Amino acid sequence: MRYEAPETIEAAVALLAAAGKTARVFAGGTDLIIQIKEEMIEPGMLVDIKKIKETREVILDDDEIRIGASVTGAELGENKELKKLFPGVVEAVQLIGSDQVQGRATIGGNFCNASPAADSVPALIASGAKAVVAGPNGTRTAAVEDLLIKPGQLSLAPGELIISFCLSRPPKNTGDAYLRFIPRSEMDIAVVGAGVSVTLNPDGTCAAARVALGAVAPTARLVEQAPDILLGKELDERVLAELAAAASATCQPINDKRGTIKFRTSVAGVLACRAIKIAWERAEKN
Amino acid sequence: MSKYHVTTTINGDEVDFTCYADQTLLEVLREDLNMTGTKNGCGSGDCGACTVIVNGRPVNACLVLGAELDGANIETIEGMSTGTELHPLQQKFLDHAALQCGICTPGFLNMAKALLEKNPEPTETEVRYALAGNLCRCTGYDKIVRAVLDAAAEMRESTS
Repeated sequence: MRYEAPETIEAAVALLAAAGKTARVFAGGTDLIIQIKEEMIEPGMLVDIKKIKETREVILDDDEIRIGASVTGAELGENKELKKLFPGVVEAVQLIGSDQVQGRATIGGNFCNASPAADSVPALIASGAKAVVAGPNGTRTAAVEDLLIKPGQLSLAPGELIISFCLSRPPKNTGDAYLRFIPRSEMDIAVVGAGVSVTLNPDGTCAAARVALGAVAPTARLVEQAPDILLGKELDERVLAELAAAASATCQPINDKRGTIKFRTSVAGVLACRAIKIAWERAEKN
Repeated sequence: MSKYHVTTTINGDEVDFTCYADQTLLEVLREDLNMTGTKNGCGSGDCGACTVIVNGRPVNACLVLGAELDGANIETIEGMSTGTELHPLQQKFLDHAALQCGICTPGFLNMAKALLEKNPEPTETEVRYALAGNLCRCTGYDKIVRAVLDAAAEMRESTS
């Protein structure tokens, strides 16, 4: 196996394109090194993207926020301004693993590992994140949910890699939140995850809403009906019950040691409601 | 397979090593540099036994490649004491009998050291969360948590 650490996007793309399927993008390594050591994969080359400036920056512009793909959980947690703008996204990334893992694991890696239970993904979908994808044909942007295909697989062409995630600066009265259910207080993989972003009208009703779920389908999923249920409404018991039903109806989970289909489907509704209450409260204060 | 030449600082000393692309920092430390104070537990980032500090951040040495460490500053358990004078955390682990077999101890000590550098006055809950990535299968966590809190108190006194 070769190890390369290019300093530019162009050099990384060239290496990946030339090596084809045998090359893997390497950032924090918390998933990849385990897969190599357990001989689940045998890459011919690792392309470490941490020396590429664009993957290491968090840029907070007036209209747009850019989070580099190889920014670690610990670094995101220390970015107070980002935490104020997207507390749900930052909290989701900070739920991944121990403090030791946080020092290495990156937001791009969590996304690209493409686990259905990845904590950052529902939060990124809810906040309307777009991935900036570089490749042999230049750079494209895609809504993060459109890149998800199935467990372990993203819709990226050979030679393509994710450079950063792009988020619009939240309008006034916007709040986001992410919650996950695990049977203990720390250090586990989501049984269900729910990310929510809401924007409120001056009269306190809902102006925009996105709700996304993790660990309840082959990929994280947007609750498509959420805007229909929420727009123009206040958050009362009836609206919450409708949201819970829509969230549960979005689920297509599996039975495994972490939870049954029935349990996950039910908890998805509960978590979506709890998360929207937090997001709503944050929106009222912003 | 070609080898990579890496220049690092380990416990304040410049250390050069060569490694293969798939060699972890843990393997480099234990097998090539004979620094066996860093322990190998699970090899998958779950147990924290191999916790070392790289560029100021605690990480699992089993989840870091040697090849990516050119220019890195690495702190391991071998650099924790000053000569024969133990670090307050090491002394408090002894005083509180916060170890039995000792395999987890270097990792716990490094993690606790990193915590106290960032937060000199942690609550018990903060200590427990910070140590959530370190597993101990013999002593139990209570003595470890007490040792860390006691060391934190002593370190605050000595700096004030």
